[in-house]
Amino acid sequence: MADDSGYSSRVAMPARTRTAVGGAREVTEAMLASGDRRKRIRGVIFVSILLLGLTTALLSIAAMITWAFVAGGPRLNLDLFTNVPSVVSPETAGYRTAIFGTLYVIGGVILLIVPLGVGAAIYLEEFANPKNPFNRFVDLNIQNLAGVPSIVFGILGLAFIVRGPLSLGFVAAAGSLTLALLVLPTVILASREAIRAVPSSIRDGSLALGATVWQAVSRQVLPAAFPGVLTGVILAVARAIGEAAPLLLVGAVTFVTFDPSFFEGGYSTLPTMIYSYAKRPQEELQILAAAGVVVMLVLLILINSVAIYLRNRFERTW
Amino acid sequence: MPKATTGDTVTADEDAISPPAMAVTGALLEDHVRRVPGVNTFELKKVNVHYGDMLAVKDVSLDIPHNEITAFIGPSGCGKSTLLRSLNRMNDLIPAAKVSGEVLYHGVDMYGPKIDPVQVRTVIGMVFQKPNPFPKSIYDNIAFGPRILGMKGNLDEIVESSLRRAALWDEVKDRLKDNAFGMSGGQQQRLCIARAIAVQPDVILMDEPCSALDPVSTGKVEDLMLELKEDYTIVIVTHNMQQAARVSDLTAFFTVAAMDDTSNRTGVLVEMDETRNIFSNPKDERTANYVTGKFG
Repeated sequence: MADDSGYSSRVAMPARTRTAVGGAREVTEAMLASGDRRKRIRGVIFVSILLLGLTTALLSIAAMITWAFVAGGPRLNLDLFTNVPSVVSPETAGYRTAIFGTLYVIGGVILLIVPLGVGAAIYLEEFANPKNPFNRFVDLNIQNLAGVPSIVFGILGLAFIVRGPLSLGFVAAAGSLTLALLVLPTVILASREAIRAVPSSIRDGSLALGATVWQAVSRQVLPAAFPGVLTGVILAVARAIGEAAPLLLVGAVTFVTFDPSFFEGGYSTLPTMIYSYAKRPQEELQILAAAGVVVMLVLLILINSVAIYLRNRFERTW
Repeated sequence: MPKATTGDTVTADEDAISPPAMAVTGALLEDHVRRVPGVNTFELKKVNVHYGDMLAVKDVSLDIPHNEITAFIGPSGCGKSTLLRSLNRMNDLIPAAKVSGEVLYHGVDMYGPKIDPVQVRTVIGMVFQKPNPFPKSIYDNIAFGPRILGMKGNLDEIVESSLRRAALWDEVKDRLKDNAFGMSGGQQQRLCIARAIAVQPDVILMDEPCSALDPVSTGKVEDLMLELKEDYTIVIVTHNMQQAARVSDLTAFFTVAAMDDTSNRTGVLVEMDETRNIFSNPKDERTANYVTGKFG
């Protein structure tokens, strides 16, 4: 305090003032310094717990990927994609029919969820009166449906699509319908979110020009919401590709050794084929299952990357 | 008709030189009729607007003359925007809003059973508080209206003439394909005006069109309004009294009144007159307090 060399020597403050300035500085310093040790320790512990959670998640993902690549490595070749499944010659067997099955099933899912999901979202956001009790009931149920376990949809598919009213049998079309029902709530919710994000000034601007509500929605709101809707659809498709549980109930466990068709004959998909291989005792088939996991992982990472890319590319701040 | 209107305004300005002659006597409506004989675009008779149970605007009767700029001023919550939106039935978009009384447009009740609100909005355009261009090219912003209405004629020409009319053509003619979001706020607002003009309306309603703009852009929009009144009836809601004084021919002053039976605050029309009377010689004390800044 006493040797305030630079400043006081130039300005030559009276001693009393110097003391006052020094005291004020100490008070400020004490105020700004973090005093409570316990508070600091608590902060460190909290951050450690957060990091522990993150590390566990990352480690388990890394372990899974490493295992899949190491275990499936020997079979990561072209045969994997071009050869049909076989238990007689497991060292050359592949996923050909399962890949076709997945393409058929997912193609059907896309054809179903885009018009149904987007249509439902448009109706709920733009036309339905949110105060109407029926609409609120529908709204609530869609949110609940998004959380229903997938096996429940499998049972529904078995009872109503494979058998029952639709009686399609154990075919790819039944798988498509079942998976479409499973991911439809996700698509509706994501599309509603995207439509809601379009500011109402865009609707008002169109309507003020003499557009009908439908013209305003179809020509302005939907195009503006398109990236969000597309992202929702892609994420739903990614989920559908990875689903095995509901498909087990609607016929996708058939060990198919011929290229499937959409409306007749048995079918299998990538995840159910992995399941078929993994439950068999031969070591070659275990390796094949691991290789299938690698294929699934790469496919899903690709699809999710596209969704993220689209979201960032078209993200708009209004 | 534009010629006659302009001539009439000049006469009115000459009157202003002798204020006593313009003493605030006689019925307000007769005064309007004198200015533009027999041509009122809108005649409002005892118009009430409800939002659910709440009365937002009470008992407004006023006339809006053809090819003039009419300004609605008043403190926040006085219902001036609500009233403006009832002129082209934009209030219909709010489910709980209900308009009663008569809104006559060229003598036709706009809330009559045969009237289609979509058709109403093709002849009565609107410009909003915040510029709201569509997230598309400048060209497509203008072309949207003519396209949905199936207007005949060369679309390129409609776009060019609308942009010229909005004094925007020279600034954007080389980047018509660019996204309208890349324009400045003032340009965006003039684009919205050009977009409204493109469908060839009769009336343009403007809801605080300059509140989001800087003074230079505001000046440009105001110049544009003065030009456009040759061809269009313009009704503008503004919080900016200088703006009302600068551009409008007539001013209606609204205020908020607490109704006896409820705690709701309701907008009422205090007075409507030629703008210079409202600002220099208002009849009502509340108007005088508002325009001199003592209240509101």
